[in-house]
Amino acid sequence: MSDEVLVKVRDLKMHFQVGRGLSLSKARVRAVDGVSFDIYRGETLGLVGESGCGKSTLGRTILGLYRASGGSVSFGDVDVLSRRGRAMKELRRKMQLIFQDPSASLNSRRTVGQILLEPFIIHGIGTKAERAAAVAELVERVGLSSWHLSRYPHEMSGGQKQRVGIARALALRPGFIVCDEAVSALDVSIQAQIINLLEDLQSDYGLTYLFISHNLSVVHHVSDRVGVMYLGKIVELGSHEDIYRRAFHPYSKALLAAVPVADPERRPEGRMLLAGDVPSPIAPPGGCRFHTRCPSAMEACARIEPELRDLGGGHLVACHLSDEKGKGGATQS
Amino acid sequence: MLRKLMKSDATFTMGFVLFIGWIVIAAVANWIAPYDTLAQNLAIRFQPPTGAHWFGTDSIGRDILSRVLVGSRISLFAGLTTIALASTFGLIYGGIAGYVGGIVDDVMMRVSEMVLAFPGIILAMTIAAALGPSLFNSLLAMVVIWWPNYARVMRSMVIANKNEEYVEASRSLGASHLRVFFIEILPHSLGPMLVLATLDFGNAILLFSGLSYLGLGSPPPTPEWGAMVADGALNFNYWWISTFPGLAILTMAVGANFIGDGLRDLLDPKLRKGM
Repeated sequence: MSDEVLVKVRDLKMHFQVGRGLSLSKARVRAVDGVSFDIYRGETLGLVGESGCGKSTLGRTILGLYRASGGSVSFGDVDVLSRRGRAMKELRRKMQLIFQDPSASLNSRRTVGQILLEPFIIHGIGTKAERAAAVAELVERVGLSSWHLSRYPHEMSGGQKQRVGIARALALRPGFIVCDEAVSALDVSIQAQIINLLEDLQSDYGLTYLFISHNLSVVHHVSDRVGVMYLGKIVELGSHEDIYRRAFHPYSKALLAAVPVADPERRPEGRMLLAGDVPSPIAPPGGCRFHTRCPSAMEACARIEPELRDLGGGHLVACHLSDEKGKGGATQS
Repeated sequence: MLRKLMKSDATFTMGFVLFIGWIVIAAVANWIAPYDTLAQNLAIRFQPPTGAHWFGTDSIGRDILSRVLVGSRISLFAGLTTIALASTFGLIYGGIAGYVGGIVDDVMMRVSEMVLAFPGIILAMTIAAALGPSLFNSLLAMVVIWWPNYARVMRSMVIANKNEEYVEASRSLGASHLRVFFIEILPHSLGPMLVLATLDFGNAILLFSGLSYLGLGSPPPTPEWGAMVADGALNFNYWWISTFPGLAILTMAVGANFIGDGLRDLLDPKLRKGM
């Protein structure tokens, strides 16, 4: 991990219109609503949050797969969101996506060989022989054999299919890969293999990952830095230690407290459980979005939306409690 | 591939034999028909099947076997042409509506529903009558009333598939819309289209026969199965007049259906058995 910023996200917004066609509804789902952060070259940035908080949408919007409603994304010195057509296609070679469900992300009508040839055909890379050699190298690199090339996805196991998905993402030699719940659909033993593969590839090719997951233990294992998302916003972002040892935001604490502990004797004291459901992203609560469920909510939380502020060393938190940190207000919790 | 499919799928084999059989018959009908299809002989009208006339004779003494054999040509042609044109047009139309979506989809589908809202045979009659009775015009009329079914099936298949992750994967690799459509989405949509087309084949033959009966398809005395069945229905005491052309329609339609089922399985790797 270096100090060079590879991906710079500023005030990114992705709103989806509810209803379509001639519908008069003006309601919008604010899936991602003003998110800013940097991803450094060579690092793994973990992104956690519960289902529906917008983390997958965020990943895809960064890649330009959705047309963002506002904000900006730069990749190196390239403005991603303004690129269209041929320029966007060129950029696709540098940023790729690994999907959650390998059964859904591989076309069931095509063999593994055909699927892996696709990136080379789309970008017109190499001759027929060179393509075949590149595909053979790819399958080998992700731990499959050349005889898998004639297989259809349904003839393979979940772990093998995910390896194919990784090989496809790797085919164009991208520098940045969004792993969207890349191991969540796999058995625990297979998860470990795939994570090891991803880490090997990272060190071999100098890859940068945005690792999206709802599983804090997996993120704990792979990430250099971690961002916590709630209702379309990043509420806390910091180094691995900042989040797992010194989490500040009440939501981050609640998430961490919910991680199952294998030893029944060692239940964390004063385990913090959240009440209620996530509010609708169509009409998010005013002020701090978490104030409806926050155990330490104050009067100001319902009125004023907290900004991300640095607690020191790049540990960013969006919480009014951090205002009082100097006065010793929130430290005891 | 064909041999493997025939070995593993008895229904497909049966359909294949029936359908190919009819194509062969249609090709050589003019040489193997024992009598002139138009030769009338009132002295031998309403003869039941005999050694001289295997399928009997009709109300004006024409040999039914000869007429069934030669009639296969026009029925095959009408059925295949109608289905091919209607399904191709429906595939493109529904594909565009489903893929583009939004307002385009709304407008295109309302147009197709306007066509569907008319009773098919009435609309076909109107069109054929307005353009004048001829083989070409009746086929055109059939295509016009037939394509919305294909457009609807195609649209629903495209909509079901276009948000799948493998489509997103293709897009994130930088594939163009045309490539996404033809390489990723179309193969998943062909199965139901094929089944619909083969099921419809029998209907197309019947509709064409209906138009012929009304004087809007192939005009009499052209040997045509639908018109022959209608003739038998007027002379109900003589069972053979309707039965043999009816059986011909049945076997041709069933053959097409069985082939369609087999091809659908062949197109989907998950359904290929032991291959």
